[in-house]
Amino acid sequence: MKRSLPLAMLLALSLAPAARAANEADYRAAYATAEAASKEAAGLRNQWTVTVSALAAARKAADGGDFDRATAAAGEAEALAKASIFQATTEKEAWKAMEIR
Amino acid sequence: MKTRSALLLGSLGAALVAFALTSPQVIAADKVDPVADAKAFQNFFFQKFPDVKHEDFVNGPYSMNADMKRQWQEKEEFPPYEFALDAGKEMFATPFKNGKTYADCFPNGGIGIRQNYPYFDEKEGKVVTLELALNRCREANGEQPYSYVKDEMASLTAYMAFTSRGKPMDIKVPDDPRALAAFENGKRYFYTRRGQMNFSCASCHVQSPGERIRAEVLAPALGILNAMPIYRSEWSGMGTTSRRFVTCNSQTRAVPLEPQADEYRDVEYFLSYVANGLPISGPGARP
Repeated sequence: MKRSLPLAMLLALSLAPAARAANEADYRAAYATAEAASKEAAGLRNQWTVTVSALAAARKAADGGDFDRATAAAGEAEALAKASIFQATTEKEAWKAMEIR
Repeated sequence: MKTRSALLLGSLGAALVAFALTSPQVIAADKVDPVADAKAFQNFFFQKFPDVKHEDFVNGPYSMNADMKRQWQEKEEFPPYEFALDAGKEMFATPFKNGKTYADCFPNGGIGIRQNYPYFDEKEGKVVTLELALNRCREANGEQPYSYVKDEMASLTAYMAFTSRGKPMDIKVPDDPRALAAFENGKRYFYTRRGQMNFSCASCHVQSPGERIRAEVLAPALGILNAMPIYRSEWSGMGTTSRRFVTCNSQTRAVPLEPQADEYRDVEYFLSYVANGLPISGPGARP
């Protein structure tokens, strides 16, 4: 019993997907996706300040060689940009619900 | 079979009648009607705040809170915008390098005309604000334009507003599809939610005037531009209408548009038109 527990843990760890650190290619791909979404939001005249900040944070982390953080920040920027696109799209009609008539 | 056909025909007929009865209402609701919009807008505030005198709405948060109003009235004895007003008066009278002055660019020499801005320029097909007209005047006379959000523009507009104090806002929307489109675009901008906070202009200034947002008491949208430009203690200085829009956008975590973007010009047009009849009170002072 005493011996089987460490063995089981070892087996579980070896089967778990390895969480590898992000590399520069991962960051570049994530950043390109986020930047494209951000540009789309800007084209809709609905860019969010937090998207811009997240993109800047991604660049800063990448410049410092921290690609884990850079990739995470790019992912956050993409999510924010997509939310702003959704907002701009739904508000094309939704604003009418607020109108004083 | 005959019964089924009769039922089908009957249903189709009823549907057509229903469509014919409802479709004119749909068209009416989509038609741009600035007069009806202004009436509805003013009535909303008059009914929501029956104790506020109509002309008092232009005093923003002070119309909503008696304590704040008393403090403001005392401050008005030595108003914080006084320096800007004096500077604006001097700037307005100082000739450009070519010898002309601002008075040469405006009707009635620029005095007592604030209540007519913004206006729809039928030649350009766009809304022209007072700030835009001032910079165009400068450029036409060989001068560099001023920043739309900084002190010089605020000083000039403060002086021009002061010469119109008490005059009722008098904005025209000509029967021109482009003017109606600009009015509608301004209305859309006013009610559209934006930024990570998911706020529209109306979220604060229609749904919540008189309520606090952090330490501030929110101003009603009705007459909100009649007091522009304003000295804001929060800014430690003067601010133009452009600055107000840019700041509002930033506060909702939306990237502001460039000052005097079409959207800002149009929303200024909409907000000014729906305040028609209310007095100019600018320059104003706000916490």
